[in-house]
Amino acid sequence: MMDLLDVFATAGFWAATVRIACPLIFATLGELICERAGVLNLGIEGIMTLGAMTGWMWVYQGGDLWTGVVFAALCGAMFGLLHAVFTVHLGLSQHVTGIGITMLASALSYYTFRMLLPESSTPPKIVPFQALDLGWLSSMPFLGEVLFRQTAMSWLAFACVPVIVLVLYRTPLGLAVRMAGENPVAVEAQGINVFAVRTGAVMAGSALMAVGGAYLTMSAFDAFYFGMVNGRGWICVALVIFASWRPGKALLGALLFAALDAFQVRAQQQVGAFIPYQVFLMLPYVLSIAAMVVMARKARYPKALLVPFRRGDRV
Amino acid sequence: MRLEPREHTPLWLIVTAPLAAVAVSLLLTSTLVLWAGEPVTTAYALLFKGAFGSRFALTETLARATPLILTGLAAAVAFRAKFWNIGAEGQLYCGALATTWLGTGMLEAHPAVLIPALFVAGALAGGIALLVPVFLKVRLRVDEVVTTLLLNFVILLLVNYLVEGPWKDPMSLGWPQAAPIIDEGVLPRLVERSRLHLGLVVGVVAALAVWLTLRYTVWGYEIRAVGQNPEAAAFAGIGVGATVLRVALISGGLAGMAGVTEVAGLKGYLTLDLSPGFGYAGIAVAMLAALHPLGVVLSAVFLAGIYVGADSMSRAVNIPNYIADVIVACSVLSVLVSLMLVQFKVRLR
Repeated sequence: MMDLLDVFATAGFWAATVRIACPLIFATLGELICERAGVLNLGIEGIMTLGAMTGWMWVYQGGDLWTGVVFAALCGAMFGLLHAVFTVHLGLSQHVTGIGITMLASALSYYTFRMLLPESSTPPKIVPFQALDLGWLSSMPFLGEVLFRQTAMSWLAFACVPVIVLVLYRTPLGLAVRMAGENPVAVEAQGINVFAVRTGAVMAGSALMAVGGAYLTMSAFDAFYFGMVNGRGWICVALVIFASWRPGKALLGALLFAALDAFQVRAQQQVGAFIPYQVFLMLPYVLSIAAMVVMARKARYPKALLVPFRRGDRV
Repeated sequence: MRLEPREHTPLWLIVTAPLAAVAVSLLLTSTLVLWAGEPVTTAYALLFKGAFGSRFALTETLARATPLILTGLAAAVAFRAKFWNIGAEGQLYCGALATTWLGTGMLEAHPAVLIPALFVAGALAGGIALLVPVFLKVRLRVDEVVTTLLLNFVILLLVNYLVEGPWKDPMSLGWPQAAPIIDEGVLPRLVERSRLHLGLVVGVVAALAVWLTLRYTVWGYEIRAVGQNPEAAAFAGIGVGATVLRVALISGGLAGMAGVTEVAGLKGYLTLDLSPGFGYAGIAVAMLAALHPLGVVLSAVFLAGIYVGADSMSRAVNIPNYIADVIVACSVLSVLVSLMLVQFKVRLR
């Protein structure tokens, strides 16, 4: 048992926590922005798959890493636009549209991957983002390995949090987004176009989800596998509820979750002989459900979440 | 241009809507065929020949449609009540687990006893798999979409553990699969020298039963009422919580029966690749049927045809069989639009 607790003293564990958290931070923030504007985006799982494929493929075809990230974000935004046209402009069911988007985005990703690489039994690799060398900071013992030997994309993930907090809570744009999710009629009364605000929010959120997916293939690993997102998108939807729609808490949730995931992998090696490894693999999903249960009583849903806005409707 | 709600939607329009949606999605997907450098008409002709063009193709398509009818019904019943059960995949595997538990020697009986027992066990297991999400939704107001989705992964890992561990068949030469269902439990073939089995009949009967229940019983009325307006339903004295529980048990049970047909009918034993996403495809089946139980049978056969046909087409020409998933996904989205348009008149002004 002591061996198990020793895990927390290793730098490798904390570095892995940061690494596992990054895609979740991107995608959770993306879902959070959509939901804050009143739109549930269940396309998240498919959009992450799409981002993972497009970003990786861009680099594999000879593109540059950062333009690959931008390309993945653009592809994500396009599917966000599709989701917004259906749910915001046509007012269709956000649940069914989201599932449809997930099906379409993953099917198109797999189709494209097979078209461009018809015969690859072993997935080809790219040179992914490398850990940044920050001089003396990186060579510090312990802290250096945990914090200062991360890739540029990890830094981007953490930088997204304060930026989104600032935009959501300190700018007129953020106010409009939050209001669109609470009281769209009031937004309309301000002379702001609810449809435009919601569409923009869904597109931006979807772009972030795609970048989260791209992190998997361009920073965490170096190849694209079928089914590699593996429910991470759904976990992010749960994390948004856990965070009660606040970006700061979303960061905390993602880190907490990642720590448990990193611990789970190491515990597998320690007590794997007594407990089947599948039990450990179940933990992330079970914990996500548990987290929602704990927070559900306190959850303050955006009031207009799932409610399509129609101009001229009475409240 | 603006849209005006129709006061009455003629039947022919409701029937046309899914057909139009299918046509649109085939048209959209044809760009992918062109990208692959194949002529569109040839590719689609190959697809439909592979799905319906021969006795073998037809039985394969119907065999594939069998679980899709059941998962499609599962989604249709649940979505009617606005209970978003996205966990049919997991419930299917629960049904498969129950079938394996009961059918591999636990109960030795005449087929007339054992086969119905397997379906009851599978349906119960599928229903039980939904109890946790229902409890969390009704009591703690936890969204059922995320819980049912996440439970899919948990259940699949449980299956993984069982077929690699305690339930692993020692005769399987190391493959992770459970022991075969005993002969008395195997569903009889409907057509000789094919994989088409009794499950198809079960699926069609289930569709009829669900249709009659929704249409002519108090339960069905309550389910539809809760789906359309839960507040009004509660005001009219309908127990919303009890209705949701009932819907969940029916929905999970139907999905669980899909697991029975696959284990006892198609494969004969439980494996990890038992379902290539039948649970998720069920959502597409239900949407394409506009959530009508009898329509589910037709749309399941059609979508099964797309899957089987795409497999056969991808062997003949250079088009990845993922094109089937693209067609299905496009149909889900386009049928949403076409069903909405049906409810409105387009007025030009």
